[in-house]
Amino acid sequence: MQPSLFSTQQWTVSKLTFFIRRLLEENETLQDVWVQGEISNLSRPASGHIYFTLKDSSAALKCVMWRTSAMRLGMALQDGMEVEVHGKIGVYEVSGQYQLYADQIRPVGEGALYQEFMRLKAMLEAEGLFAPERKRPIPLLPKRIGIVTSGTGAALRDMLNILRRRLPIVEVLLAPSPVQGTEAPPAIVSALNSLILQSPDVIILARGGGSIEDLWAFNDERVVRAVASSSIPIICGVGHETDFTLSDFAADLRAPTPTAAAELATQLTIQDLTVTISSLQSRLNTATLDFLNDQRTFLASLLATLRYASPDRRIQSERQRLDELSRRVYSSLSHRIQLQSTHIQGTQRRLEALSPLAVLRRGFAVVTQKEDGTVISRVAQAQPGQKVVIRVSDGQMDAEIVNQKS
Amino acid sequence: MPKSSSKKTEKVVEELSYEEALVELEEIVSTLEGEQIQLEEAIKLFERGQALASRCGTLLEAAELKVKQVVGDVVIPFDEESE
Repeated sequence: MQPSLFSTQQWTVSKLTFFIRRLLEENETLQDVWVQGEISNLSRPASGHIYFTLKDSSAALKCVMWRTSAMRLGMALQDGMEVEVHGKIGVYEVSGQYQLYADQIRPVGEGALYQEFMRLKAMLEAEGLFAPERKRPIPLLPKRIGIVTSGTGAALRDMLNILRRRLPIVEVLLAPSPVQGTEAPPAIVSALNSLILQSPDVIILARGGGSIEDLWAFNDERVVRAVASSSIPIICGVGHETDFTLSDFAADLRAPTPTAAAELATQLTIQDLTVTISSLQSRLNTATLDFLNDQRTFLASLLATLRYASPDRRIQSERQRLDELSRRVYSSLSHRIQLQSTHIQGTQRRLEALSPLAVLRRGFAVVTQKEDGTVISRVAQAQPGQKVVIRVSDGQMDAEIVNQKS
Repeated sequence: MPKSSSKKTEKVVEELSYEEALVELEEIVSTLEGEQIQLEEAIKLFERGQALASRCGTLLEAAELKVKQVVGDVVIPFDEESE
């Protein structure tokens, strides 16, 4: 059949390329693919993007991974490496090239591991091994910390440094164990059991970063079951922040790294303890001082009451009363004496006025019979020729009655 | 728990671990702050409290991380330098 000279649709290169691009990019399957192949023509320019070709025996696929995804790549890439690449198909119009825009690359076989991970996770989760209610609190101030990790390697060294800095009074019990390879899972379980026998307050299960295969021992069913059934709280610190193993889910606490695990095991540090001691000491001093002050105050008030009721004071008080009374007595007595004296003096004066001597001094005389001394007070008592005595104020005279007159 | 009194057998302060000393110190402070006690006992408690605080301080300052290793059911010393 001869191609028609004039077709119904006339394309430009751009339009046709754009048509192809849309066709591919609108296909859902092609926008989410995992492709397995061998890396070749690997190029990592300064821009940070990665360019390579995935090939197998009969075809090749150009790939590009942008810098943002490349930065997160957890593995080294090499020509000849068999890998699985995830991404979406697109078309680079400028060169008329379809290519795979990659966002993930993993070694071959990891896919299988991931399936196994999901299977185990579902199974153990259904058994309730990861239930939040099963998780126990980590002791605030452990006396003894157990560690299961590789005896060599940075993880142990880093953890010991953290513990040394935060809580040097703690005792560390180490149960070294291989942490990868087929011998790892039973060795880890055995190490855990040995530690549990020594009754630490908490156990750290740790391993530095690595690939999913490196960390696989911590997804092993035997290890996960041992972690879940431990009678002692377990902090699991395996890999990097973004690595999650099934042991992490089964543990009482997950730490993003071994270093973080050591920190989480020592919530109270030696600084906290020092502050506690200081504050207790301060309270001790204050409480004792307050107690003594209370006692002092009480004693002083007792003393005051005592003084108030003492005989001494009574005596003084009485003494004062006595002085008071005597003074009053004295003053009233002297007043009375005064009065008496005045009275007597008055009486004396009256007496004096009435005394015969005073009468005599006024010029009167007392006439008495010479014979018997009888006072002559009437004319009749005197006979002429009778001898009489005339008494005047300053003496007496003898006289004879001449005559009488009445 | 019986209230602290001279009837409880007291361990020598120098033999107490950090936790034991801390707990006893807290009890003493609590007693001095709250209870009705005799003067003589208050003074005794204060002195022991001081000794306990001092013991805790000493233990904290002198502390060196003790690292041991467990192999099977045996505990042996761990030599960090041999890594």
